[in-house]
Amino acid sequence: MKGKKKVAGLVIYFILLLIPIYWMLNMSLRSNADILASFALYPKNMTFMNYMKIFTDSSWYMGYVNSIIYVAMNTVISLFVALPAAYAFSRYQFVGDKQMFFWLLTNRMAPAAVFALPFFQLYSTVGLLDTHIAVALAHCLFNVPLAVWILEGFMSGIPREIDETAFIDGYSFPRFFITIFIPLIRAGVGVTAFFCFMFSWVELLLARTLTVTAAKPISAIMTRTISATGLDYGLLAAAGVLTIVPGAMVIWFVRNHMAKGFALGRV
Amino acid sequence: MEKWSNNKAWLLVLPVFVIVAFSAIIPLMTVINYSVQDILAPGQKVFVGTEWYREMLGDYRLHEALWRQFLFSGLVLLIEMPLGILIALAMPKKGWGVSVCLVTIALPLLIPWNTIGTIWFIFTRPDIGLLGAGMNNWLGIAFDHTANPLDAWITVMMMEVWHWTPLVALLAYAGLRAIPEAYYQAARIDGASAWSTFLFIQLPKMRGVLTIAFLLRFMDSFLIYAEPFVLTGGGPGNSTTFLSIYLVKIALLQFDLGPGGAFSLIYFVIVLLFSFIFYQALQRVGKGEKV
Repeated sequence: MKGKKKVAGLVIYFILLLIPIYWMLNMSLRSNADILASFALYPKNMTFMNYMKIFTDSSWYMGYVNSIIYVAMNTVISLFVALPAAYAFSRYQFVGDKQMFFWLLTNRMAPAAVFALPFFQLYSTVGLLDTHIAVALAHCLFNVPLAVWILEGFMSGIPREIDETAFIDGYSFPRFFITIFIPLIRAGVGVTAFFCFMFSWVELLLARTLTVTAAKPISAIMTRTISATGLDYGLLAAAGVLTIVPGAMVIWFVRNHMAKGFALGRV
Repeated sequence: MEKWSNNKAWLLVLPVFVIVAFSAIIPLMTVINYSVQDILAPGQKVFVGTEWYREMLGDYRLHEALWRQFLFSGLVLLIEMPLGILIALAMPKKGWGVSVCLVTIALPLLIPWNTIGTIWFIFTRPDIGLLGAGMNNWLGIAFDHTANPLDAWITVMMMEVWHWTPLVALLAYAGLRAIPEAYYQAARIDGASAWSTFLFIQLPKMRGVLTIAFLLRFMDSFLIYAEPFVLTGGGPGNSTTFLSIYLVKIALLQFDLGPGGAFSLIYFVIVLLFSFIFYQALQRVGKGEKV
């Protein structure tokens, strides 16, 4: 009985979650004039015109390529630097550890609007403007702290006896860390990778500020659907549907790590 | 848990410090610089001390936006945290259902924020949107977020809950999966009910991820800009002019970097202060538990 209620609740939640997404899909398969002219539960004059435009116009599809490049860079950098740091925070006491840990998170707390101009100046001074690495580095500002915090939470859930046993058994730190410890927190690494990807993927302001043409992200190109005649809702919806695809693939790849979780007795 | 005391651990933290500080320190200094100057023209600046701070702190529209912001973030946390935990508890633990649930639940998170605002704008329009037309034509409830402030609030809240509850659910789910099976076995042997298993095993074990979820939702909802701006433009009237929307009005539309800088820093300090209080409180909650 209880199990059934759970499933029913979950199904209702997922239906509600999918309705706006269905609406976006519906809009993406209609022309803009059609969307604005009448209400339609499903596209009556179905057209793939909006998708065709995105796939044939290089200034559109290159936006996806650019976004994927800097988001992948950012996710790799974030995980790479955050894993050892999170281990240090979860296992060791050192001068300024608590202050440092909280300071990291404060970098997510400033309203972005006024900070965009100094960011532009900083990255043009170091000559990185309009490159993928500039956006990847700038996004580290909010993704690295998040990665450290999430990973630290998972690492602190692992009993320290595991580390001690491994060191007694003669494991070096890097070997212990890579072959024993990281597999233990797979769920955490999976979630962290997804969140880094996600926050970098949808960020608009910094990505738009730091790029001109060569590295322009899809989220910035989508603002081009606003023109003098108003918004092209159909085109925007099609672009929106396509922005979901790469992230859905990422979560598909990390799903097993998230689901498996913890397995003691590995040592 | 007692920690090992060792200052060499700094070596593990150093790369993080360098990479974050690179993007953090100089822009912050620049904004502090803006906030104490009157920038008349490029290269023409006058030092004005705390004038912008006094002007901003006395601005009644800022106070209104701030209260609105507190109400908004409060509601967000009250709705999304319990809902997210419930969803995580209801999600299957193994089998094909896991993959389906994880991918589906992540969908709203992956859409750029300005697009979410635009889609919801159409979705809730009384004439051509599913939700708007459904409310007005099928249910007979007059619903128009462009005219009625309450409807605008309801729309923004629905969008926000739709968009961000998955974040809480995903974190909570990963936290649940990280609990060793042995704990559940022990609970079963003791004959613990589902409720006491939740209260004494799952909740304490999820404290870490839930702290992050809580702080993230607080910070991000307090800084929310693109979605409500695109959806309602801050209106009708000023009813959904949240703090960021007002900040952008001052800083960018009037191109006034001085007051904008002062506003940003006041804003930053408020978020910082509350995050710190929440963090300390959440740290303390779990201290009594010996799990």
